[in-house]
Amino acid sequence: MNKDILIRLNGISKAFDGETVLDSISLEIHDKEFITLLGPSGCGKTTTLRIIGGFETPDEGDVFFDGKRINDVPPYQRQVNTVFQRYALFPHLNVFDNIAFGLRIQKRPDAEIRQKVKDMLAMVNLKGFERRKVSTLSGGQQQRVAIARALVNQPKVLLLDEPLAALDLKLRKDMQNELKNIQHQTGITFIYVTHDQEEALSMSDTVVVMAHGQIQQIGSPTDIYNEPVNAFVADFIGESNIVDGIMLADRSVRFAGHTFVCVDGGFAKNEQVDVVVRPEDVDVVPVEKGMLKGLVTGVTFKGVHYEIIVDVDGFKWMIQTTDFVAEGETIGLYIEPDAIHIMKKSEFSGMFGDYSSFSDELDKLSVITEDEEEE
Amino acid sequence: MKFLSRFYMALIFFILYAPILVVIVFSFNGSGSLSHFSDFSLHWYRELFRDGEALSALKNSLFLAVTSSVFATVIGTFAAFGISRAKRRYYQVAVETVSKIPMMNPDIVTGVSMMLLFVGVASILKLSNVLGLWTMLIAHTTFNLPYVILSVLPKFRQMDKSLTEAALDLGCTPAQTFFRVELPFIVPGVISGLMMSFTLSLDDFVISHFVSSPDFKTLPLYIYNQTAHEVKFSMYALCTLLIFVILILLIAVNLAGSAEDRKLRKKNRAGAKGGRG
Repeated sequence: MNKDILIRLNGISKAFDGETVLDSISLEIHDKEFITLLGPSGCGKTTTLRIIGGFETPDEGDVFFDGKRINDVPPYQRQVNTVFQRYALFPHLNVFDNIAFGLRIQKRPDAEIRQKVKDMLAMVNLKGFERRKVSTLSGGQQQRVAIARALVNQPKVLLLDEPLAALDLKLRKDMQNELKNIQHQTGITFIYVTHDQEEALSMSDTVVVMAHGQIQQIGSPTDIYNEPVNAFVADFIGESNIVDGIMLADRSVRFAGHTFVCVDGGFAKNEQVDVVVRPEDVDVVPVEKGMLKGLVTGVTFKGVHYEIIVDVDGFKWMIQTTDFVAEGETIGLYIEPDAIHIMKKSEFSGMFGDYSSFSDELDKLSVITEDEEEE
Repeated sequence: MKFLSRFYMALIFFILYAPILVVIVFSFNGSGSLSHFSDFSLHWYRELFRDGEALSALKNSLFLAVTSSVFATVIGTFAAFGISRAKRRYYQVAVETVSKIPMMNPDIVTGVSMMLLFVGVASILKLSNVLGLWTMLIAHTTFNLPYVILSVLPKFRQMDKSLTEAALDLGCTPAQTFFRVELPFIVPGVISGLMMSFTLSLDDFVISHFVSSPDFKTLPLYIYNQTAHEVKFSMYALCTLLIFVILILLIAVNLAGSAEDRKLRKKNRAGAKGGRG
């Protein structure tokens, strides 16, 4: 596996105006991998991408490409190409000339350029668009041109900076599939930056979760979802109930006033831990059969399931269930051993995973302000 | 009320354009009178083109306007490029403000100080008769410079930074990036800067008056000299020609500007549509 490593970041740190953006990041990226840098805005994911692309120089640490240190290699001499968030198509050139741009700089023969551009347009489903002005294209079409313009140079690595952020939901889903297909077809390494956890989980071979300029966890999408290392990852990837617990012994944990059988071990006796239970893993049962009991304080219909908020001794749990439960009802909760995931305490403990102030509108609002901050 | 407001506007335009109209109308007057228009004639135009001194002044003016505006445009474009690339915001603002001050400086001050500078430098270098073509060229390029920066800098600011990065990403060296991506983007600003410089140079009198010599006369200087003694009617013809040249240039600048606006509006609409999908 070791000789597959295409890019290696070694202790990269970067600060802007004295503010640390990246704090000693180390990361290995393998050949032909689809790797996603995932995190909220300001976590350093875009800066990491820009360092790989050559648009920023790290203050500390080294970037290796194919075993060679490339810290001081300018972007135009790197074997990587970028798809920019706002497309960055050249407004004075038409679709053909935009895609041919890189090949013309390399002074390739005209016949080859024509053939390659044609192939690229076919790949991104834009046959016949050669002479169109880029300003007449829709957002999705511009995005495809941007992808074609980068891929036509056959880079070893394609960097994608939130390429789908400006598209609407339906188009975004289509483009996700298309990007995944293109990656399979071409065998090019994709480094993808997004703050959309669903996008990261559905597209990537490897997900790198970042926060506060540090890498929190690296793993496959299932690892990240099922075995989050700390409260931040558990909360950022999907919904999570995160409760304080005490590890009584291997495979036995006490939280919410009840002792549960679990599948984790290797902690000290009576160690304080964070316990994660996903909303879809909690079963609603009659009160007498439940391990915990609680009062339903909120019910939201989500289509596939109901999302209910249950107050268990003051801590509010989010539970997803297909059975209707009325607000004000007292219900029992049942949790299987393998639905319980134990995490060591971290700097993020106690910050996430309690749904007492939860409301859909609030969630949306905070997403919007987050996006604006990035502008 | 409506009538009043229309009348008021008509009056304003009349006051603005009456002197110009008088010049244009009387340039076609057959008799040499300022008080009554006898018959339509191109007499004064023929007279003008027989006047060797006027023609050489015209030639000087055109040569000076072309060279000084081209020099100012090249220098000003690179200056705007540099200002837009400055990392620190306060530095950008400071340089931009300093570059604008000469525009507000009274011409008479600029003219006198340039003359003093040229004469001073000449005396240090032990040169005599330094005033002429070269000092005119330097002076005109200098006072055109701020106007070029003024029209080019906003284009650099409008440009998405990722366009530059995209060009570098696709293999352009910084020089190739400038000529292949950045220059095409700012070209409308460059053209309007060029045309503005051309007209400013063509009609400058005050500064030219101080830094020129009798053997290098531009049109405004020549006209002034002529009118100092007695008004020749061929000067009316000359002024009429100048008015039309400037008018055509102004229309061209405005057309270029509005075409650019239309393009930008169209692009914004397309962008908004793309956003919605």
